[in-house]
Amino acid sequence: MEYLWEEEKLIKIVKRDQPSRAIFFLTPVLAIFLTLVAGGLIFYILGFKPFEALKFFFIVPIADMYGFSELLLKATPLCLIAIGLSFCFKSNNWNIGAEGQLTFGAIISGGVALLFYDQEGFYILPIVILAGAIGGMLYASIPAILKTYFNTNEILVSLMLVYVSKLILDYLVVGPWSNPEGFNFPETRQFSDSARLPLLVEGLRIHAGIFLALAAVVISWFIFYKTYLGFQMKVSGFSLKTAKYAGYKGKKMIILVFLISGACAGLAGVGEITGPIGQLHREVSPDYGFTAIIVAFLGRLNPVGIIFASLVVAITYLGAETAQIFMQIPKYTGQVFQGMILFFLLASDYLLFFKIKFIGSKK
Amino acid sequence: MHKIFIRSFVSSLVFLFTFTVAAVAKDVKAAFVYIGPTGDHGWTYQHDVGRKAVEAAGYKTTYVEGVPESADAERVLRQLANSGHDVIFTTSFGYMNPTNKVAKEFPNVKFEHATGYKREHANVSTYAARFYEGRTILGTIAGSMTKSNVIGYVASFPIPEVIRGINSFTLAAQKVNPNIKTKIVWAFTWYDPGKEAEAAKALIDQGADIIAQHTDSTAIVQIAEKAGIFAFGQASDMDKFAPKAVLTSVENNWGPYYVDRVKAVANGTWNQKDTWHGIGDGMVVISDLDSAIPADVRAKVNQLEKDLASGKVHSFTGPIYDQKGNLMVAEGKTADDGMLAGMMTYVKGVEGDIPK
Repeated sequence: MEYLWEEEKLIKIVKRDQPSRAIFFLTPVLAIFLTLVAGGLIFYILGFKPFEALKFFFIVPIADMYGFSELLLKATPLCLIAIGLSFCFKSNNWNIGAEGQLTFGAIISGGVALLFYDQEGFYILPIVILAGAIGGMLYASIPAILKTYFNTNEILVSLMLVYVSKLILDYLVVGPWSNPEGFNFPETRQFSDSARLPLLVEGLRIHAGIFLALAAVVISWFIFYKTYLGFQMKVSGFSLKTAKYAGYKGKKMIILVFLISGACAGLAGVGEITGPIGQLHREVSPDYGFTAIIVAFLGRLNPVGIIFASLVVAITYLGAETAQIFMQIPKYTGQVFQGMILFFLLASDYLLFFKIKFIGSKK
Repeated sequence: MHKIFIRSFVSSLVFLFTFTVAAVAKDVKAAFVYIGPTGDHGWTYQHDVGRKAVEAAGYKTTYVEGVPESADAERVLRQLANSGHDVIFTTSFGYMNPTNKVAKEFPNVKFEHATGYKREHANVSTYAARFYEGRTILGTIAGSMTKSNVIGYVASFPIPEVIRGINSFTLAAQKVNPNIKTKIVWAFTWYDPGKEAEAAKALIDQGADIIAQHTDSTAIVQIAEKAGIFAFGQASDMDKFAPKAVLTSVENNWGPYYVDRVKAVANGTWNQKDTWHGIGDGMVVISDLDSAIPADVRAKVNQLEKDLASGKVHSFTGPIYDQKGNLMVAEGKTADDGMLAGMMTYVKGVEGDIPK
């Protein structure tokens, strides 16, 4: 129990015994609704017509086949990373460094792709994809091992490793891996076609990486709800002490969830560089690894929920571009929308788990 | 009655004429893609000043700011090409491959890519500015005014563009003061006020009393102002951010080029080009000289600016030696554009190695 205005004790905040399951899945919808209302209000204050602005933000970008394919393209890495993160978050492991694991996965798979830059062959793509997953796992294992054996804080370690990974990428694309014919600009050669993920539809950018994301959804659903490991994760998430009493091997699980999470982030990196980009350069990801944290929570760490959440968040990117092109609304409002979604979700979560009681003045 | 009829007939003809002319000549829409926010007071800010010049010339413009060089760039370009824009300026190096890719799909839309070298399709032009000419002016001022003979230089990335700037700056400074040394700190960023400020502090600690920069934020001139030393502004006139420290700035002036190219699209005279303009064409502009610059230096700099503009003086005139003492440009010769475009060695007098 906690009191606001200690002196007068006007409001008491009480923890709810059992939050209802229906409300648990409805609050994300409520958060999105509140974001739309608040967003409309912001547009109005800025002097734009709120409904027109929201239309350009959320409807126009996906009104045709091309727009919809771009939405899927944008949602794919977000979904993949968020699925991986949900393994960590469900079991009380706070992996904030998916962006670093994505970057390192991209570095390793990009390095392999560059080895084969002048070759063609069916075996190249599988090796490149595998390399990316391994890269992400290796990078995620650092905070996991440090946490299990040296009791470090995984939030700090994984977060700081993000910046390390970007510096490594910078070093490689500026120096040893830069395109020899590229006038020393910070980018590598283009990968050969055999190292590129196949396009699903000619003329659109949507690529086979989406199957990786869908596979991750199915596999994670199975693990979460149908296996002993999923149960262990759930118990550890509720109470670490209970998990200990039950005799679960905590260290093994910590490392396992980090590896899964890292592999997913690494694969998202592979999807970007072997999909739409086709080379390594300094900006492989526009912070997908961080945005995916919002996606994971908005999707309630539920694989199906994460699919919807990744689509919702992906559209804020697309909408921001459209709104700037057609209405001259600053593009950075996209980030404002992402922030608002998270804010409203956390706010409504608070009310989900706590009751506010007005108990009147005791004076 | 008759008169009125004739008058209204003539005026409606005139009206019709102006209307058609306007429709033919002005119904061109230009789009600009920016890497940063328009309020960065550096690179993007100056491109947006150029865009406003296009607006002022009577053309419609659109811009998208903060477009990452990731997979997103291609989507933004395609959307602009798809929504009735006739010419699209992509203002960062990292847009090179997406620009060429989208240009292939939209042969009727013209693409103008800044600072790149790929023109894979007939509808792609490239443009850049000879900023190194401006740096010749800065080097002359720095060499004349340094007391410690150590000049600091915050650099972004080790690409020819930046190396060329360091070299032209150092050569000019040596010409007026053979004892100077240029110390470089690589910030590995184009825009990061925090990192740039750290780099500037490191240079001040090493004894630099004048700092030049090849990054875009105003952090460096502000650090210089606090430390009571001199600095040079980059991209825009940064005088208002550090009135005492800033001696002058090298301004990127894209407006004339942008207006020119959009007009060419409107008139149907647009053709593929690789443009590299300097002080002479007005793409590089030297801001007002600060009152702290002594009269004799001022006179010398004004003359130098005229001579660079007319081509009488070239920033890279031999003899030029590299750090090891090998001859790069022979006496009486000047470096050609090919050499400038691929310049990846320091000249004598620059300290340290180029990061590999």
